[in-house]
Amino acid sequence: MSGVRVLVGTRKGAFVLTSDGKRGKWEVSSPHFAGWEMYHLKGSPTDPNRIYASQTSGWFGQIIQRSDDGGKTWIQPGTPPGEQTGPGGVPKGESNKFVYDTSAETGKPLTTHQFYDGKQHPWEFKRVWHLEPSPTDPDTVYAGVEDAALFRSTDGGKNWKELAGLRGHGTGPRWQPGAGGMCLHTIILDPSDPKRIYIAISAAGAFRTDDGGKTWKPINKGLYSQYIPEPTAEVGHCVHHVAMNPSRPGVLFMQKHWDVMRSDNAGDSWKEVSGDLPTDFGFVIDVHAHEPETIYVVPIKSDGEHFPLDGKLRVYRSKTGGNEWEALTKGLPQSNCYVNVLRDAMAVDSLDKCGVYFGTTGGQVYGSADAGDSWTPIVEHLPAVLSVEVQTLP
Amino acid sequence: MIRVVLPGHLRALARVSSEVQLDIKGAVTQRSVLDALEAQYPMLRGTIRDHVTQERRPFLRFFACEEDYSLEPPDTPLPEAVASGKEPFLIIGAIAGG
Repeated sequence: MSGVRVLVGTRKGAFVLTSDGKRGKWEVSSPHFAGWEMYHLKGSPTDPNRIYASQTSGWFGQIIQRSDDGGKTWIQPGTPPGEQTGPGGVPKGESNKFVYDTSAETGKPLTTHQFYDGKQHPWEFKRVWHLEPSPTDPDTVYAGVEDAALFRSTDGGKNWKELAGLRGHGTGPRWQPGAGGMCLHTIILDPSDPKRIYIAISAAGAFRTDDGGKTWKPINKGLYSQYIPEPTAEVGHCVHHVAMNPSRPGVLFMQKHWDVMRSDNAGDSWKEVSGDLPTDFGFVIDVHAHEPETIYVVPIKSDGEHFPLDGKLRVYRSKTGGNEWEALTKGLPQSNCYVNVLRDAMAVDSLDKCGVYFGTTGGQVYGSADAGDSWTPIVEHLPAVLSVEVQTLP
Repeated sequence: MIRVVLPGHLRALARVSSEVQLDIKGAVTQRSVLDALEAQYPMLRGTIRDHVTQERRPFLRFFACEEDYSLEPPDTPLPEAVASGKEPFLIIGAIAGG
């Protein structure tokens, strides 16, 4: 029978939740990397046993972990136990080494970006926010980092190389950090065109490459952000998350700081589809696995109050690609709920019916086995949830 | 043998349960100790010193013989008690509570 594996990154460790295809009973693993911030875990679409994880710490920096057995055991790529060093004692890989490419051949000068106070600030690597494994090669994986840049590994996470064309696009001095830092948090690989990649940065906006990462262009036309000096600027928008249904790669859905947006032309232009949402601030957005016009958001009261409106945790679903929304409340707390749902903390499985999952800063992970009609808490007392990803297992 | 005490999280990364022992030829300094430590446990590269600048990460401190060596130049010799293995070299994470 098919099954589901939910990968949960939290402030204090990673958890693997597993169930069969009915998604009624769940096993919750012990914490992996207990005590560490686990920003993101994601499995390879071509090898479900291959999972990449971003492990970070304000004390010890960035670590990349990899599992080749579905999350049971982990290694830092390049330094497996018992075979820790290569000739001369050097590591066989430096899986946590993220160095901006400033080489004359392939890199770009390390310039500055705008800081919170409006001054220019040097680019400094802090952590990996998002890992995106290739849809075709389990050894190829992309990493979105803070300060914003895109890296790629083609050897299973051992070595990382920046795709410097993005940072060198020329608008970098106008990029600025959101409250969470200047992070590249969204990476979407177009399954129909291996040279097309979408990324999003807070607070710079969305960008697209059509040549495998050599050159990039901002795709923010139609976004309106009243909190920046020029609300329709080419860059500077605080895009929170972007989602795509793989069967329709030209159509994108975006949860911006405020506003839910959609693009029907691969990001060349956007239109607002917030419609009748009670508030259009939020972080997550995702698309139904089988119905590409069915999308999900979790409205949050405001940028100053990061919790649901009226203390009611409600997922909103649109079956019309936006504008018309319905509140999904069955099984979710409808009073005294003041958690947040962070940008990478929602995912869908591809079973029939589509499963939808999200995690909260209060440590709950909710799942729906009926496309959002009803919800059940899978686990309720984890540390604050940073990310949720799902693997649909054969 | 040089003895090094790691913070708990780095012991977990290095998959060791207690202090580690290092064999160092030549002068025993912060730099030679950390070089030897990273050679023996390459998964610790970048966790104590920045990959590029090789500077101590800001939330870590170095102690030995009840003295703070964090701000000493990396090539300053460590005390004889550390070089002889009588006392450990301590890598301490800043305490964050609250």
